[in-house]
Amino acid sequence: MHKYILKRLLMLIPVILGVTFIVFFILNLSPGDPAAMILGEQATAEAIEMKREELGLNDPILVRYFNYMKDLLHGDMGVSYRNSISVWEQVTDRFPNTVVLAIAGILVALLIGLPLGILSAKKQNTIIDNISMVLSLIGVSMPNFWFGLLVVMLFALKLGWLPSQGMGEGFVPLLLSLILPALTLGTGSAGSIARMTRSSMLEVIRQDYISTARAKGVDERTVTFQHMLRNALIPIITSVGLQFGSLLGGAMLTETVFSWPGLGRLMVENIKSKDIPMVLGCVVFLATMFTIVNLVVDLIYAFVDPRIKSLYKKGR
Amino acid sequence: MSDILLQIKDLSIVYATEDGVVQALTNANLTLRQGETLGLVGETGAGKTTLARGIMRLIPDPPGKIVSGEILFEEKDLLRLSIKEMRKYRGSQISMIFQDPMTSLNPVMTVGDQIREVIVTHHPEMSRQDARKHAEDMLEMVGITATRYNDYPHQFSGGMKQRVVIAIALAGEPRLLIADEPTTALDVTIQAQVLEMIHALKRKSNTAMLLITHDLGVVAQNCDSVAIIYAGEIVEYGTLRQVYKNVLHPYTEGLFGSVPSLESNARRLAAIDGMMPDPTDLPKGCKFVDRCKYATDRCRGEVPRLMEMADGHKVRCFRHESGEVNGNG
Amino acid sequence: MIGLAFFLFLIAIAITTLVIDLATGNEFYRNNVINQDLFGRLQGPSKEHLFGQDEFGRDMLLRMIWAVRYSLFMGSAAVIIGMVCGGVLGAMSGYYGKTVDAVIMRAMDILLAIPSMLLATAIVAALGTSLFNVLLAIAISYIPSFARTVRAAVLTVKDQEFIEAARAIGCHDGEIIFKYIIPNAMAPIIVQATMGLAGAILSIAGLSFLGLGIQPPTPEWGAMLSNARQYIRDAWHVTVIPGLGIMLTILALNLMGDGLRDALDPRLKD
Repeated sequence: MHKYILKRLLMLIPVILGVTFIVFFILNLSPGDPAAMILGEQATAEAIEMKREELGLNDPILVRYFNYMKDLLHGDMGVSYRNSISVWEQVTDRFPNTVVLAIAGILVALLIGLPLGILSAKKQNTIIDNISMVLSLIGVSMPNFWFGLLVVMLFALKLGWLPSQGMGEGFVPLLLSLILPALTLGTGSAGSIARMTRSSMLEVIRQDYISTARAKGVDERTVTFQHMLRNALIPIITSVGLQFGSLLGGAMLTETVFSWPGLGRLMVENIKSKDIPMVLGCVVFLATMFTIVNLVVDLIYAFVDPRIKSLYKKGR
Repeated sequence: MSDILLQIKDLSIVYATEDGVVQALTNANLTLRQGETLGLVGETGAGKTTLARGIMRLIPDPPGKIVSGEILFEEKDLLRLSIKEMRKYRGSQISMIFQDPMTSLNPVMTVGDQIREVIVTHHPEMSRQDARKHAEDMLEMVGITATRYNDYPHQFSGGMKQRVVIAIALAGEPRLLIADEPTTALDVTIQAQVLEMIHALKRKSNTAMLLITHDLGVVAQNCDSVAIIYAGEIVEYGTLRQVYKNVLHPYTEGLFGSVPSLESNARRLAAIDGMMPDPTDLPKGCKFVDRCKYATDRCRGEVPRLMEMADGHKVRCFRHESGEVNGNG
Repeated sequence: MIGLAFFLFLIAIAITTLVIDLATGNEFYRNNVINQDLFGRLQGPSKEHLFGQDEFGRDMLLRMIWAVRYSLFMGSAAVIIGMVCGGVLGAMSGYYGKTVDAVIMRAMDILLAIPSMLLATAIVAALGTSLFNVLLAIAISYIPSFARTVRAAVLTVKDQEFIEAARAIGCHDGEIIFKYIIPNAMAPIIVQATMGLAGAILSIAGLSFLGLGIQPPTPEWGAMLSNARQYIRDAWHVTVIPGLGIMLTILALNLMGDGLRDALDPRLKD
């Protein structure tokens, strides 16, 4: 098992290298000369050329990428064009806020999606099933930034229960300010998870081992959770992992709606001011985070399904 | 006499499908004494499994529904129990071995835990260690070393899995064991082994058994009495000796005709002509009429009763009406 | 069925607006869709303006109607580009196997490791906000999923006997891929394209909402929502209506996707 985890961790390296290279390459397609942007409009052609040399902008892209990665290992992502503050500092400053939001979002998604899916499957083809499936379809179909605006209108402006903007300081204010963004971020994923849970449970529900469990005289709760859900879990976990990706993408929108000081919003702000090192920093962080989440998902499989685990034990 | 363990009276079960209502079981009557083994024989789709699941009240609903009848277990009607009361019977009074051992074990639970679950469910007062010890004993009893307690089903072969299933079924020390084609999914070589084991274990604990099969040889070796079922109806019912020595129903006749025998030197086995009737569109009279060489117009229009012969042997066929004792069987 | 009906209705709207613009040389568009009426700012729904007026007094109903074609056409174009590129890559990967497969699939894995919205945003950030760049950005993020689907489909049909037979009568690789393998892989691709269109429309709206997609005054649902945000305290209708438009469109596509999946692939039906 340890060997497997180690192997998976090593396999992360090429993926992260690939991801950063793609992002680095794309963002370097950006028109406009960074040196000129840093120096401002009054700069002379010579000064710009000197700055270009200093920044290594005249090197071929692979060399520049190599240098970028070398610096990255030391926690150096260059400086922002706009304010010359270290990118690393700004990004790591905002990163935890996005992690908090993403975790809260996935929790909301699970807390709504799992019960809804289980209920639907157990009451297949009843009104309860139909209602919860319509609800999850609506959840999936709703643009989350719009849903964010709606909850702001209702809970913040109309009822005044919760803050509509920013991130609270201290535990309780933080929690309060987290509710609406997390709800916004999680609703769409909740719909997907509910749909996946339902179909996955329905696959399991007619299996013979469920009859075996019932024939033992086990109560319905144990049958549902111990026997059905545990077997239905693998595709659900996959779906949760994938949802995490769209959640990180959605974080940009949600953070913008709620002025949440996270990476997504930082990225959007810097795209508008064409601050490429900042954007690069944000994307590299978010993409790496997603990659790591996918690894964790793969590892969870092994814990949930003994068949997968014994595959690894045989020294793969 | 109170040694009657199970008595099924006029049990009817239907399935409501998209193509119409399927009459899966019609007015079934069976009696099982303590320690007795009853063989239930019929082809696929005849309603054997439906009957078995009906006793456990494990008919998937929807689409299935028990429409009428009584299932008296020690004189208590199981159909009148609440689902909660019924659970107390499942696993501890009545157990079931399902057809396919490959799919009847939960793939994400260790086999030991699956056995222990029965014990813990019916003996909540038992300590964890005791329950585990008991489960290990069950494993040993079916010929698997206790060291494999923590293994998962995928680590076992088909025959071993069926042993685990048997251990699960017997762990609650049931009075009645329902075995639904326990050997069909296994290799021929293992079939005999598994059956022998079931037989030995059941005799040791004086458990009654309802053995469902389509193999008349298996019945001959294991059963005390036999019920032949065709298209949801019991067509012949009697002790092993009665049915094997004195075949009454044309369908049973056909079944015996299709078994190879060492004594006769038939060149070809006689198959029963035709197919089982469409379960959504059964014949009006005798269900077997379309395949029966003795069929008359009466068979087409009127459903024969299950008639009791002088020796207690029962058959559902007009040809034996003259031998019937006092009208109703 | 409802999904399909609504989708056809949207297509009809998109085509109608296109025809009107072409016939009037954009005059109707200039006079009615982007023309400002500052006296009617943020007016709620009324008889003359069924959906109310936006922050510049423009008629919301007309803007909603004109926005349909941007979402629909751009979404479709993005999905088609993604489908064609992904399809070709996936087909090659599945058909040739070995090194080709390894290289393409690793590249796809890496692309998949970047959340699609993030990838699209990065591309727009680099190339600038134009209709074409947005389209390209979204198309690229769809390539890996189509490549995977097609590859899987190809692998299942590749070794079947009719392919052998085709090869035996002298078909060359391209012919086999396009004549025999792709048609057999069509069902999952169609389902994925439908679901993908829903995702693409959401992404376009999202990018526009962030100010990275379609720019004002062009009517686009996401951009309309972005503007509406400032007036969220004063006028509910400018926020609620465009979102409803997006939601109903996506809902219709998802319903259609579900229906198609059940119809085309009975195995997936519960």
